[in-house]
Amino acid sequence: MPNTDIWSMLFVFVLATFVGLQVIQNVSRLLHTPLMSLTNAISAIAVVESIAITGANYPTPIRILGVIAVFASITNIVSGFLITNRMLKMFKTTRRGETR
Amino acid sequence: MISANVVPFAYLVATVLFILSLRWMNDPKTARHAVNAGVAAMLIAVGATWIEPEVVNHLWIVLGIIGGVIVGIPLSRVPLTAVPQRTALSHAFGGAAAGLVGVAYYYLWWSRDPGHLTPFRTAALITENILGFLTFTGSLMAAGKLQEVKWIPQRPVTYKGQNIVNIGLLIAAVAIGVWVVLNPTTVLAARLFPVVILLALLFGVLLIIPIGGADMPTVIAILNSYAGLSASALGFVVGNKLLVTAGALDGSSGLILAVIMCRAMNRSFTNVLFGAFGQVKASTAAGEQKTVKSGTPQDVADLLSNAERVVIVPGYGMAVAQAQHRVHELYDQLTKRGVDVKFAIHPVAGRMPGHMNVLLAEAEIPYESLVEMDDINPEMPQTDVCLVVGANDVVNPAARHDKNSPIFGMPIIDADRAHTIVAIKRSMNPGFAGIDNELYFDDKTLMAFGDAKQVIGDIVKAVAGEAATVH
Repeated sequence: MPNTDIWSMLFVFVLATFVGLQVIQNVSRLLHTPLMSLTNAISAIAVVESIAITGANYPTPIRILGVIAVFASITNIVSGFLITNRMLKMFKTTRRGETR
Repeated sequence: MISANVVPFAYLVATVLFILSLRWMNDPKTARHAVNAGVAAMLIAVGATWIEPEVVNHLWIVLGIIGGVIVGIPLSRVPLTAVPQRTALSHAFGGAAAGLVGVAYYYLWWSRDPGHLTPFRTAALITENILGFLTFTGSLMAAGKLQEVKWIPQRPVTYKGQNIVNIGLLIAAVAIGVWVVLNPTTVLAARLFPVVILLALLFGVLLIIPIGGADMPTVIAILNSYAGLSASALGFVVGNKLLVTAGALDGSSGLILAVIMCRAMNRSFTNVLFGAFGQVKASTAAGEQKTVKSGTPQDVADLLSNAERVVIVPGYGMAVAQAQHRVHELYDQLTKRGVDVKFAIHPVAGRMPGHMNVLLAEAEIPYESLVEMDDINPEMPQTDVCLVVGANDVVNPAARHDKNSPIFGMPIIDADRAHTIVAIKRSMNPGFAGIDNELYFDDKTLMAFGDAKQVIGDIVKAVAGEAATVH
């Protein structure tokens, strides 16, 4: 099973945090809400482990927890990406030529 | 041999795509790519996991996915005024997913492979469970408050010794957690594990009870961060670097948003979480009856159509009244008459970061017209009319000079520096901070009372009517 190398995990965590801080630092205020719904979907990456425990030959209670987690994660992934897309479509760059 | 490398390689590609996704989310021009990159990363990660040889029972996974799609699609179609509660709900789901997987692994290892329960991994499990489950109930509470669910009090609920109770609970959870970390494979540990979870669930509820509407943007950002960190901690538990990275990215994004929100209110994290806004006594010093001037929609229409420069300050009241489309009509009418109309957006206006921006975008107002607080303030003295629609604390001049005011020091939009101010408000009830707004008593201020949607609709008609008589 998992082979956790404590230090390499911590390195990855610290570096990823800095990358995150750096990359998002200058986000346009316009995009705060879409950014949050996008990260909602991204943090549902726990779906990967949910699938792993649901699909493996583990005792039923474990797999029940897994399937609930799959459900919750997929809900976040689907609604997060779709609503982000929906919000972004609304941001219009140019004034409409005709005002009614 | 090849397959052993396929999965890590797929995870690596997914990691890169997640980083690019966030990077593209900085700018409206590239933001659409951000979603595509995110979707691609997620598909790659899910696909790679699914082909792993250990995954043999596909039916359950498919059922979980179908359930998620069935619930996820309607959740993505909520009206934009409901986006804050959707977001909070989604943090709850994220926290729960990470927490449940953690629970599953603990009991799996406890019963089958106690050797896996190293102190490090158990500590990661405990951290992950505390974070995940407090995010779960905390976010549910936040979503309930935002949705105005009946049995959840909207106003901050405070009591004596609240902070001691809350911090005490957290310390208890951590202390029991430490014991479990030190004795992970004992029978007692397996019994104490759920106790840690219960304490975390309770802590999440109690943490949000004292939070008022004005603090919601910060709290939602913090919960966003926690949901990410719990996914990251799960990555530590199972040794999955994709989870560590994606969770850390989400954690830092939430952190940045929370910092921006706190700065916009000139408050600290601890102050938001443990300070219970709205508890400070109202600081009305003088008991004298102050008077306000009120005007009809026609008066407001006259003011607006004779102005050269108009700044509109939207707030949560606009969202509640669903007035954004009427505001757009007003914008159209005024722009057509050659009036320069801009929107001044306070970073914490609304109930989540960027809430006003998406609402106005939904109403098809071009985003060049949305100006941030720091950029609009220098222009306020040259502004003829400042129209305040459902905003309150973010335009209260008391923040600048009244040391006794609970919002003292909070940066505000300088509405009071415009030549004339028009405020649309349902009644004279104070805002969320529970304090009077001296802007309303200013000689230059005209109050238009009523439902924002109705009032602005009437103003639009009056402006259009004037246009008809002039031409």
